[in-house]
Amino acid sequence: MGKTLFDKIWDAHVVEKIEDGPSVLYIDRHFIHEVTSPQAFKGIEKRGLSLFRPKQTIATADHNVPTLNQHLPIKDQLSKMQVDQLIENCEKHGVELYGLGHPYQGIVHVIGPELGMTQPGMTIVCGDSHTSTHGAFGTIAFGIGTSEVEMVFASQCVLQTKPKTMRINIEGTLQPGVVSKDIILYIIAKISASGATGYFVEYAGSTIRSLSMESRMTICNMSIEMGARGGMIAPDQVTYDYVKGRVYAPKGNAWEQKLSEWKELYSDSDAVFDAELHIDASEIEPMITYGTNPGLGIPVKAQIPLLESIASEGERKNIEQALRYMDLQSGASLLGMPIQHVFIGSCTNSRIEDLRLVANLVKGRKKHDSVKVMIVPGSQQVAKQVHAEGLDKIFTEAGFQIRQAGCSACLGMNEDKVPAGEYCISTSNRNFEGRQGAGARTLLASPLTAAAAAITGVVTDVRELIK
Amino acid sequence: MQALKEIHSPFVPLPVENVDTDQIIPARFLKATTRDGFGKNLFRDWRYENDDETKPKADFVLNQSKFSGSILVAGKNFGCGSSREHAAWALLDYGFKAVVSSFFADIFKNNALNNGVLPVIVSEGFLQKIFSLEPAEALQIDVAAQTITIEKTGEKESFELNPYKKTCLLNGYDDIDFLISRKEVIEQFETAKG
Repeated sequence: MGKTLFDKIWDAHVVEKIEDGPSVLYIDRHFIHEVTSPQAFKGIEKRGLSLFRPKQTIATADHNVPTLNQHLPIKDQLSKMQVDQLIENCEKHGVELYGLGHPYQGIVHVIGPELGMTQPGMTIVCGDSHTSTHGAFGTIAFGIGTSEVEMVFASQCVLQTKPKTMRINIEGTLQPGVVSKDIILYIIAKISASGATGYFVEYAGSTIRSLSMESRMTICNMSIEMGARGGMIAPDQVTYDYVKGRVYAPKGNAWEQKLSEWKELYSDSDAVFDAELHIDASEIEPMITYGTNPGLGIPVKAQIPLLESIASEGERKNIEQALRYMDLQSGASLLGMPIQHVFIGSCTNSRIEDLRLVANLVKGRKKHDSVKVMIVPGSQQVAKQVHAEGLDKIFTEAGFQIRQAGCSACLGMNEDKVPAGEYCISTSNRNFEGRQGAGARTLLASPLTAAAAAITGVVTDVRELIK
Repeated sequence: MQALKEIHSPFVPLPVENVDTDQIIPARFLKATTRDGFGKNLFRDWRYENDDETKPKADFVLNQSKFSGSILVAGKNFGCGSSREHAAWALLDYGFKAVVSSFFADIFKNNALNNGVLPVIVSEGFLQKIFSLEPAEALQIDVAAQTITIEKTGEKESFELNPYKKTCLLNGYDDIDFLISRKEVIEQFETAKG
């Protein structure tokens, strides 16, 4: 029987298998940031250890950082302490840090790929659930807890039980106005926020093959939102072209050798998955969420489900609570509903391609008076490119605010928050209660749908604007 | 890590599905650099009106004197969302030793086990049975036997627990000690991998 892409990479990284237990899995690349690493550094110090392979760990500061005036000291003292602690820990333990002020600083899942540190066939972990993003390159990449960060520090390995595998095949052509964020919101709405728990997902099919690397990253990024340990896509020419020439990419003979290894990274035609799903790309419409988990999504022009149509009592209660929090009505349409904030950024949609998409739509248009719009590039390099391509002018003329690189309003850890009771269309990955600030109400959507709402001030079907 | 062999305690019911780790411990409380003190912010936004500790929300279970104990019983898909281990630390710091649900998110389950908080997976039917009990009634969780029992009625269900993890829990071992003991094998693997 053939092997899946997942099996091939997994098997190549198992140091040993514990009888009746997990495997010792070797980790090629470890990304760290300021929030989930301090306790792990303390842990190894308490044990009198140093980092086993410090050169395989790369650090950045992203969750806590302000997105304005990054040249000034961080005002929030607790945030500053955490970032300072990261600087000190990295210095002490010989870890490369792309902190504030460094030209490579940015969101951990944006900088890994753009620096060429993320390469096909690798195992990659980070103390952040959206590590699944790196799977777009044909890697086994997944989020870990702080105890596991400490395991990697101490041994460059984690103990992992092999997950089941699922393949999601997406075939066909996307409708105009539908982008990769809509694909993943559609899938999560279809299988629910727990539908892939226990699985590692491979995305396949002609639609996936037609996507750019950045679009693929958006899909893999949100795999965790349906419970999957991670998502992955087999590498192809699109992948090789993206990696080639980047700072950490292999060069010369090493490149040729790697390339021949990468070409073996695909699921064999007779490989069997534990679950398989087929999706017709032409059925996907621009999507939006109405609830408080990413699985509660609908096509933007559809109605919120009727409570009485939901058979499971638990799910009905869940949606009831979500609608109460969101102050929305069962059976209502979201179209035309006023919103107060638009956030375009986060590790899901802050790459140059996302910002180009937005700029294309808003060029020559202005934002609606009642909406505040934040554009937050995922990294210093993306920010630089925004300026080099003149996108900043388009945004400024539209009345959008461009801020500096960081996680920003994706999560309420830094200064960028949505006030209680107000609505935000966000390109981030989570609409949990209070995620963007206590009491904030988040509607997840694609950068295009977010940009359309920025212009009209209300929830809009972007297809109306691109006719 | 503390060894965990048996828990005998009344339980706190939280019959909500998809409890995400942002609810268990909101992001704004993740700024500490130690593992301590997260318990006071456990379920912070469900616990207090407008983030005001002097205004506990009367209808939230942690604010009701009739509920207490070291076992939390929650709806399915508990712990989804962020990988923050702070969620497990907050539960532990508050005094919970086990969480019972019909379904757990993967990363949360690992994080809980790595901190000696036992995720007990029961059937949907057994979960509903527990939710229908009077709160003062006790549950008994036996780690070695892998069983959970409703004390009053004697109804019992077995739960799954990886044998390796079970050994760790019963003895208070942790994975890091184990991995450090395998350093030679790891080095040999690196050499072979090139």
